[in-house]
Amino acid sequence: MKHNTWAFAARVVIKAALLFALVNGLFAALRPLDALGRLSLYNIIVPGRERLPYGEDPARAYNLSLNNLPAMLASHVVARPKAEDELRVLLLGDSNTWGWRLQPAETLAGQINAAGLRGADGQRIVAYNLGYPIMSLTKDLLLLDAVMDAQPDLIIWLVTLESFPREKQLFPPIVQNNPERVRDLIARYGLALNAADPRFVTADFWGETLIGQRRAVADWLRLQLYGVSWAATGIDQHIPAEYTPRQSDFEPDASWQDYAEPVLLDGDALAFDVLAAGAARAGDVPLLIINEPMFISSGQNSEIRYNAFYPRWAYDAYRERLAAEAEARGWAYHDWWDAVPPAEFTDSPVHLTPAGSQQVAGMLGELILEMMDG
Amino acid sequence: MTLDLRAVLIITAAALVYAALLPARWRGWALFLGSAAAIYLLQPPLAIRFSDFLLPTATLVLATGLWWATRAPGQTFTREDGLALLLLAGVILALSLMRFVDAPYRLTPSRPPDPLMLAAGLLVVGLVLAGGWQVARRLLPAKGLLALLIVLLVAVFIIWKADALAVAVSAAWRGATGQDMSLASMSDLNWLGFSYVAFRLIHLLRDRMSGLLPALTLREHITYVIFFPSFIAGPIDRAERFADDLRALPALAGLDAPRWIEAATRITAGLVKKFVIADGLAQGMALNSVNAAQTDSPLWLWLLLYGYALRLFFDFSGYTDIAIGLGLLFGVRLPENFNRPYLKTSITAFWQSWHITLSNWARFYVFSPLSRWLLMRQPRPSPALIVLTTQTATMLVIGLWHGVTLNFVIWGVWHGLALFVHKQWSDRTRAWYRRLNETPRRKHLWTAATWFVTFHYVVLGWVWFALPDAGQAARVLLRLFGL
Repeated sequence: MKHNTWAFAARVVIKAALLFALVNGLFAALRPLDALGRLSLYNIIVPGRERLPYGEDPARAYNLSLNNLPAMLASHVVARPKAEDELRVLLLGDSNTWGWRLQPAETLAGQINAAGLRGADGQRIVAYNLGYPIMSLTKDLLLLDAVMDAQPDLIIWLVTLESFPREKQLFPPIVQNNPERVRDLIARYGLALNAADPRFVTADFWGETLIGQRRAVADWLRLQLYGVSWAATGIDQHIPAEYTPRQSDFEPDASWQDYAEPVLLDGDALAFDVLAAGAARAGDVPLLIINEPMFISSGQNSEIRYNAFYPRWAYDAYRERLAAEAEARGWAYHDWWDAVPPAEFTDSPVHLTPAGSQQVAGMLGELILEMMDG
Repeated sequence: MTLDLRAVLIITAAALVYAALLPARWRGWALFLGSAAAIYLLQPPLAIRFSDFLLPTATLVLATGLWWATRAPGQTFTREDGLALLLLAGVILALSLMRFVDAPYRLTPSRPPDPLMLAAGLLVVGLVLAGGWQVARRLLPAKGLLALLIVLLVAVFIIWKADALAVAVSAAWRGATGQDMSLASMSDLNWLGFSYVAFRLIHLLRDRMSGLLPALTLREHITYVIFFPSFIAGPIDRAERFADDLRALPALAGLDAPRWIEAATRITAGLVKKFVIADGLAQGMALNSVNAAQTDSPLWLWLLLYGYALRLFFDFSGYTDIAIGLGLLFGVRLPENFNRPYLKTSITAFWQSWHITLSNWARFYVFSPLSRWLLMRQPRPSPALIVLTTQTATMLVIGLWHGVTLNFVIWGVWHGLALFVHKQWSDRTRAWYRRLNETPRRKHLWTAATWFVTFHYVVLGWVWFALPDAGQAARVLLRLFGL
């Protein structure tokens, strides 16, 4: 066969077009992104990440945000097989748990592990950072559901009021881009969330082809490639030296979310059902719910607001309601809202300094030992 | 616009029109006008007002001026040259009309200067250059004048490539346009293609001095200097070879399958190399000044360095494949620039297969004249000293071509010394090497060992290339060996 004729070129083009159509059709039919996500260089060729992938500055943080849950978890150290002498503690939560402006070793999980805790039988207590820096209980539930295969021995869920508003539950991109998983959770646990919410990203046939999913495939590939720099540098977050400190002085403003003035914060407004679903999903695995520490201002108008996030009326009502729910439902609950001095918060009312993180990690360590020994 | 997939598709569509519809006798003119327009379209936007329009214009003015200077003895200004000059001015002024087009539809990177002011400016520059030429011609002999032009071109090159000088020019330019001078930076002067244009122009000047340059029309000369497929990243063709291709265009079959298939293959390979492999490696797998400072483990440093070496090769050779493929679509066969360089078993072979056209340029215009000059000196330096001087000087020029910094000086010397050592070694081991052929197993082992040493010497040299700070590069080199 001559390789320099138009007939040959036409055959090549036709075969390539058919192959292209076939691959795209198969991709749409098989929807292999989950399976692809489970293929990972992490924990095999490069070390697993100590917290979930998240980042907007890949070139400096060697990290990126993606929506492929299996790929995120496969890149995490929690994907390693559980050692025989290991007691697995999973930490769920928001950016406070993930460790905004903290190195991996300075996060709650990192500091717990540095303490080298051991259970009553001498087993190693190993904490895993499964925080994700977006506030939504549904996002936490999604992660909890996906990570239960990792055989946890204890789950610690750090929460704050900002994760509770019902209308915020479906706003995180990771929730919107995992519609089937979230709809399954809504159905399984009867959550008062709209399974037909228009924010759910549902692709049509073309959107499910390789071309339609090229961004997701590229993100998976980039996650693997950045593994090399993660392994080489141990960096997964760019932390600028300068930052704007959390606000201490406020306008005389008592609004919170869409509420201009105090209202009753009941189960319609706050998604306690999602928290209950998490407790149900944990099943026999002990679950600790912690109301995470926050910055308490003593500045201007601090009699109206605790901080930039919360007016006093809303936060006080939330604490009261959460404590009541925990008691009624038999949850192991600890309210650490004022446990950390104001100086140990950085750029938001819930972001801790390394020293603040160490203090909370110490408190968590004591609780973990109590739970494990009990 | 840069030479990405979109640009390649547009150029391929243009090539189809060129091959299928354009009368054959107009092909040379189409490449001339297309290249003149393309250098504006490919130029990235710059911060200094109008600079992204004025720098491509400067390329055209420079190329036109040096055509006048490098005309063959007795070569007259023909009607064709006049038409080419008019069309060139027409392209510039037509593109300046983009000033009146809304930004989303504008073909130029930003708003061009006022067409009337531009026309007046071009006229003044033309008159000044013509006047200057007349004066200089009376003061200097022909060869001296050409030599002076080379010196001036090299001076502009150094100013543009030396950080401090470029920032000073940028600040002055910003001052002239009333922009914030404190923001002056080297990136303000991103004169697309100038490195290649300058070396092509030096080749033309030098070959005119030595009488090797054939007579070129203005159209041929300009098309050679700014031929758009090779404008951004080479290769650096030779004018006489390029002119042969241009003159053969009218007789070229428009849609001949072998050429189009070869072009499509090269372009596809280039796109994969550049945009899949090289850009993939750039996602955190290649050494840079940031991750070099953050990495302590020698093992991971080596991995990042290998990543950088592969990225550099796939990026550059990918661009070259695209350029050669696009050239072929229009009937111009650009020279090869790479020939499996990382598989070579000596540093000499590496430099015969990495950026071949730049190496050849340096051989013609640095190594050979310097060798001749040293050989004619009395007393004549020792052969070893001549080799050391010429090879180091040649590699130094290649290093400085990339940028006037200490790092590129060290990188040039790094390779110059290696070429010298290899020459001495091969001169002294020829008999032993011939005997090695008698024992194939030992020959294979030796080949593997020399490949390993060559590859790693080149890869270690990339540390100077990848990192902008010489101190950091030295520290990284030590850390690679656990020191």
